[in-house]
Amino acid sequence: MRHSRALAPIAAFVGLAVIVAVLPSFVSAFRAQQLAYVGIYLTALIGLNILTGYTGQISLGHGAFMAIGGYTTAILMTEHGVKDLWTIPVAAVVTGVVGFLFGIPALRLSGLYLALATFAVAVSMPAVIKRFEGFTGGGGGLNLFGLPELTASLEPVTVLGQELTFNDWLYYLCWTVALVGYVIAWLMLRGRTGRALRAVRDSESAAQSSGVSLRSYKTLAFGVSAAYAGVAGSLFAIATTFVNPDTFPIALSILLLVGVVVGGLGSLVGLIAGAVFIQFLPIWSQQISKSPGAPAVVSGVVLIALMFVLPMGVAGLVARLRTLTKR
Amino acid sequence: MADFWQQVVAGLASGSIYASLALALVLIHRATGVINFAQGEMATFSTYIAWALTTNHGWSYWPAFAVTLLASFAGGVAIHQGIIRPNEKGSVLRVVIVTIGLLLALNGLVTLIWSGEVRAMQSPFPTRTIDIAGVAISIQDIGTIGVVLATVVALWALFQYTKVGLAMRAAAVNPAEARLVGVRVTWMLSLGWGLAAVLGAISGMLAAPSLFLDPNLMAALLIYAFAAAVLGGIDSPIGAVVGGLTLGVGLNLIGAYVDFVGADLRLPAALAVILVVLLVKPSGIFGKSEVKRV
Amino acid sequence: MSALLALDGVEARYGPVQALRGISLEVPEGAVVAVLGANGAGKTTTLRAVSGTVRRSGRIDFGGKPLRGGPEAVARAGIAHVPEGRGTFTELTVTENLKLGAYTRRERSLRADIDRVSRWFPWLPDRADQPAGTLSGGEQQMLAVARALMARPRLLMLDEPSLGLAPMIVREIFRIVRELNEKEGLTVLVVEQDARIALQSASSAYVLEVGKVAVAGSSDELRENESVRRSYLGY
Repeated sequence: MRHSRALAPIAAFVGLAVIVAVLPSFVSAFRAQQLAYVGIYLTALIGLNILTGYTGQISLGHGAFMAIGGYTTAILMTEHGVKDLWTIPVAAVVTGVVGFLFGIPALRLSGLYLALATFAVAVSMPAVIKRFEGFTGGGGGLNLFGLPELTASLEPVTVLGQELTFNDWLYYLCWTVALVGYVIAWLMLRGRTGRALRAVRDSESAAQSSGVSLRSYKTLAFGVSAAYAGVAGSLFAIATTFVNPDTFPIALSILLLVGVVVGGLGSLVGLIAGAVFIQFLPIWSQQISKSPGAPAVVSGVVLIALMFVLPMGVAGLVARLRTLTKR
Repeated sequence: MADFWQQVVAGLASGSIYASLALALVLIHRATGVINFAQGEMATFSTYIAWALTTNHGWSYWPAFAVTLLASFAGGVAIHQGIIRPNEKGSVLRVVIVTIGLLLALNGLVTLIWSGEVRAMQSPFPTRTIDIAGVAISIQDIGTIGVVLATVVALWALFQYTKVGLAMRAAAVNPAEARLVGVRVTWMLSLGWGLAAVLGAISGMLAAPSLFLDPNLMAALLIYAFAAAVLGGIDSPIGAVVGGLTLGVGLNLIGAYVDFVGADLRLPAALAVILVVLLVKPSGIFGKSEVKRV
Repeated sequence: MSALLALDGVEARYGPVQALRGISLEVPEGAVVAVLGANGAGKTTTLRAVSGTVRRSGRIDFGGKPLRGGPEAVARAGIAHVPEGRGTFTELTVTENLKLGAYTRRERSLRADIDRVSRWFPWLPDRADQPAGTLSGGEQQMLAVARALMARPRLLMLDEPSLGLAPMIVREIFRIVRELNEKEGLTVLVVEQDARIALQSASSAYVLEVGKVAVAGSSDELRENESVRRSYLGY
């Protein structure tokens, strides 16, 4: 491993971490909350990227995994008095297992069929949540606001000598999770695992004949990406302090896939761009025109235009710029 | 027993609507290998055109129906030529995103032009029922089944007996070879999109009178259509029709007679169908199994 | 006899790979011309360049006029290209395959044309409603030729008709090609790996090597030249 090559991305990452750490001092609390959501989406996108970018499996159902994570957190907090931070790893494990189990039958599906199947799961999730009322609180949902288990909700919390109000705390929590998650993913994908996953994406038959156990890696990818989505969902629940069946609609699943494609599969910059896109596109569209329906039109047109202009996403643009500057 | 037959006929009627939309999905998938997530919104848009013509401009029903079909055809062709074709060479994901963008844009456009209020759409058929062997059957249901049946037969005749139909089939199964015999493949694919848009419009116009017209009319219908297409085989036109009718009747009967399902879980029931079929036999009832065991 | 088809300095590439580096050849009207050479020499690419299936530069004249455009336009101009691997529509019936062959023609006399073509392949009417995929390799090759004939082409291009077929069937196919040429004056450009059988039917040939014409001449010349036979034709 050539250390000089690794130095540049590591330096960039550290730089990014510094920016993230300092940003809240310069922006309003409202903005900080918005950026917290960007961090949440980033975590989900990191996971989805492992699935779609590395093994080429298309999922239109990651919103459902977020729902599982979100509800795990909500149920643990409201009915079992578990502190919010402890629910996050639990959500990761629960969702990861569900994802892994889903990955097993998903092996039989490819491309658009898998997209359809995951789409079906995501669409039915709200109705299923409603059906199991006793467990999930049904249509009324579960309220986390004001619970003592919710950090910084009643009074500011002190972290590393700094006093943080809810929005700032949220921001740091989400971004710490996202960046740690990225590092974990990076470590996972660097070595043999990453090469194997990429081999699966590029040519299944070639990968199989060179001894890569397709089934294990594809289901592993599902489990891991689901776990990330579960964590994102858990944070989402904490951030919105409320979950009900409509908190995680099919639109969310669609947006996640859009985010991964617009950002471009692969680089951290691309994923961040994707997360920003998910959070801010509806807002920007509203700013262009407030007439009912107009934001949707703007979003749709932007999406289509992006596929024409930047088919490889933002990451592709960055890669092209990089090759230009290298000369 | 009379109740049972009423449910069956009603199921056939809603099944016809699913079948029409499913046929649209199958047409497009067979021709271009794309799953058009925007098919429902295209149909909604067409239905609004029909509504505007009849309600705002006082047209009588069947002329408005015909003009809507023509407009939908043109729209489908234009969408394929302008938006889909340039992205066909990219990855599957790219086309999926484009159809999703189309979904959003059309949905928003409908609200923008005609507002999100729920509208009433007139039906070409009287709402009476007639008595057949002691069972009260709605004329609307019979009419719906009839229209879809006529459309399916017309389409079948087009594909089997005309030069254009043959060219379209050739372009769908083997575009490179079709070019060599002089078929303008891209235009044949656009034709497919045009016909699919027509099928979607028919679906919407038949559904609107009972489901009422609002921008989200076709959202649930699209899911049922997906279920029907998957059940029948995503590349099989016969499968789409059989799948749609089976689904319509099946869901009606299950909804009426199985308590656990009730009205709320009809949609998840359809989705369960999708999942089960995809897991057990992904190619559907009429599809050919792909030999791709990896 | 003037050249029906003339290529001058034609180049073509697949991405970064240059497949044709300047091909010049002529197909006189009413002749059978063979394009020979080893695998990868550019034979198939030459036909693809003519039919517009691959992007190319350089001049191609057909019937005295420049030939432009993609496969659809080339088919309309009167060139029938039977590609490598036959190109039959395996899911469609034999009759449907034949009907597609006549796609570029406007007359509605399809029945008469199918009868005409069936004289060359008498077994075709028996298989009329069978899916083309159920035919044997040799039959599919003949169906492909029959389909090409439906268009009443001025030029028939055959890409490796012998591929994957038993020698007896290959001989039969080339016999039919020769008869078509002699009796109907059909101009044929055939790409072949099997140089021997190609030279039996062709009046002249071009031998390609890494995208260029290495040797050219009448079939007699090429056959009689032992060093050419050994180094380029493999026998």
